[in-house]
Amino acid sequence: MIHLNGVTKIYKNNESPAVDNLDLHITRGETCILVGPSGCGKTTTMKMINRLVTPTQGTILINGQDNREMNPVEMRQNIGYVIQEIGLFPHMTIADNVATVPREKKWPEKKIQTRVDELLHLVGLDPAEYRNRKPASLSGGQRQRVGVARALAADPDILLMDEPFGAVDPITRTHLQNQFLRLQEELKKTVVFVTHDIDEAIKMGDTIAVMREGHLIQLDSPDQILSEPKDDFVSALIGGNRAIKRLNLVKTREVIDNMPIQTLRTNSPVDTARKLLITSQLPAMPVVDENNRLIGVVQKHILSALKEQAEIADIMEKNGCVVDKGATLGDALSTMLNYGERYVIIVDENYSPCGIISFTYLLELMKNDVA
Amino acid sequence: MAARLLSYENIGLLTKQHIIMVLISSIAAILTAVPLGILISRERFARVGAIIENIVNVAQTVPSIAILALFFTILGLGFNTAVFALWLYSLLPILRNTYAGITGVSKGVVEAAQGMGMPPLRILTLIELPLASPVIIAGIRTAVVVNVGTATLATFVGAGGYGDLIVTGIAIQRLPLLLTGCILSALLAIICDHILAVVEKNRVVEYQEVKY
Amino acid sequence: MCIYGVAGNSFVGYVTANSGKILQLSLEHCLLVVVAVLIAIVVGISLGILISYYDVLAPAILYVCQIIMTIPSLALFGLFLPLFGIGFKTGVITLVLYCLLPVVRNTYVGIAEIDPSIIEAARGMGMNEASIMTKIKLPLAWPIIMAGIRTAVVMVVGIAAIASVVGAGGLGVFIFRGISQWNINAVLVGAIFVSLLAIVFDQVLKLVENRSQV
Repeated sequence: MIHLNGVTKIYKNNESPAVDNLDLHITRGETCILVGPSGCGKTTTMKMINRLVTPTQGTILINGQDNREMNPVEMRQNIGYVIQEIGLFPHMTIADNVATVPREKKWPEKKIQTRVDELLHLVGLDPAEYRNRKPASLSGGQRQRVGVARALAADPDILLMDEPFGAVDPITRTHLQNQFLRLQEELKKTVVFVTHDIDEAIKMGDTIAVMREGHLIQLDSPDQILSEPKDDFVSALIGGNRAIKRLNLVKTREVIDNMPIQTLRTNSPVDTARKLLITSQLPAMPVVDENNRLIGVVQKHILSALKEQAEIADIMEKNGCVVDKGATLGDALSTMLNYGERYVIIVDENYSPCGIISFTYLLELMKNDVA
Repeated sequence: MAARLLSYENIGLLTKQHIIMVLISSIAAILTAVPLGILISRERFARVGAIIENIVNVAQTVPSIAILALFFTILGLGFNTAVFALWLYSLLPILRNTYAGITGVSKGVVEAAQGMGMPPLRILTLIELPLASPVIIAGIRTAVVVNVGTATLATFVGAGGYGDLIVTGIAIQRLPLLLTGCILSALLAIICDHILAVVEKNRVVEYQEVKY
Repeated sequence: MCIYGVAGNSFVGYVTANSGKILQLSLEHCLLVVVAVLIAIVVGISLGILISYYDVLAPAILYVCQIIMTIPSLALFGLFLPLFGIGFKTGVITLVLYCLLPVVRNTYVGIAEIDPSIIEAARGMGMNEASIMTKIKLPLAWPIIMAGIRTAVVMVVGIAAIASVVGAGGLGVFIFRGISQWNINAVLVGAIFVSLLAIVFDQVLKLVENRSQV
């Protein structure tokens, strides 16, 4: 899909090249993460793909075609581009921002409006509420989602993302990452993603290209990078706690597959709950409403300590410890630590519980990994 | 004589002269300075832009009366002399603000537009100019107010305007004449300033209250 | 004092023939500017300090200063003429008013922008209000006040050229006499020397300003 062959970029008034003789091959539908410290040439590499930066030497092929031979304007309209949130046009409404590329492509206005609503839905923003607002009135995370929607507007095959989740707080970042992973599963775009955060790279990438001083140091899958870092630089970049980092390679969905899930209703007898909890050896059980949506959690230790007769509704904790099934085990672990609980409930897109992961389980997993 | 000068007819004439002088010179200044400012803000003229900005900064310290006097030495007396001097002098704030406004637009915003495949001309009209407009309008406002003031000096090169009333008032020591000229020219300046301040503020509210 | 020595048609000739007059009127011009600016500094900084304590007054006072700035200078000279008569006094008073806005505004802004924790620290160490103002606030606000003074000076050099209309002298004499007597060289001398004066004042004060920032 994207081939970089011997690409070198030397900026004016600079002796050492920003990118030095780089070969990189990105296949269709994969997410390739360019990661490295600032000044390693990752952003320059990305910008050479859509020709915001012209290479000094070497060629870049997109779908087999040299990108110097393409009309840059047309080419860029077919490559989605997300940069840090400053890239939203502050004087335009959210709808107009998202409609930018379709308007450039002269789509009929009606089609554009339908597409805008569709995209806002896709990134989880209610069009009725957000269409006519200006970027300034949105939170950082919401602006970032508009950025993604805008890049997807004309349904490009390729997405270039430059630190797209860089300017938000860690909790929002995790949300945005999970949401993007879910989207990407459906959309299967070819993504080039620049970040300086190795954890983000491990979580988001199919392949990771570790760069330093304009050179490609290692190009591998996240698993390979973690287990076989090529040199000291890559090891240092990964840092310690590799066992914990590897948790980010696994989605919660993958470990709860085929795990039967028992749920309680608010009117379930407490005895049933007790019996179920003891046989399943789980630390907690989800409570659902008539639509099978999660409304709370009953914890084992509370149930065991219970002396008198009580209703499930009385001993249920609302807003338990919950993550999306698209999240990684790493997310599950940090959620548990944040809430100080020994369990986390996994929910699907309808907020129906589809699994439980216990702290003990994660510990076992890490222990095996280290061994 | 004072009575004749203070007739409605004469005041109407002087008002017309004053306003036309300001209007022609200001519009001409906008039409020349804005495109010029856009031109020097383009990347390929980056070096020229910085040099011109410095020249403009120095030129702006030159008093308006000096510019008027210099044009007198070239064009002699007359309406044209005044209009040319006003035009040249009001070029400066508009040119400087256009340049500053456009180069002040966030690099990220422009790069996002480029990266999404907006052609340069559309980036200019849809992104850069709207975002720079409060600064450009502030420059136009400065220029117009200065022009209203400088136009009172146009009487010295025989171009009429409210300055006629003031200078004659001083010369023949007639307070009503003097006051009429002073108050009308001051009012005109204040009105222009307020109208353009409202326009400027509207743009600011709409575009610039964005702090990421 | 109608024509200052006729010496051929050349500009250089005219300048050399009238060098004494040029020097005298330049000094007169500078005197107008310096006196006006010194008064404006005293009045303007005091007003700025005043409104930094009484925030409610700030919009009103700044608005009045702003209005004064928009009034055409010839009009303001004319307005004061009946009150203060022909001469230096009218010239200086008018110039002072034009100086006020930049000085008052920059004093106010300069003081307002000081990090409140610094003032709190000073107060916590037991400094009284007067010494906080003279030892903390004004020194910290000084670079901004200085910038305001520079703006005022450059503006007033130009406006002072018009003061000769009310008989306050200065380089404007060359310009206005030159126009009425169709003496191109005189007009050029006036225009060029006024411009030079403005540029020199600006550059010198820029140096002072930069030094005060360090």
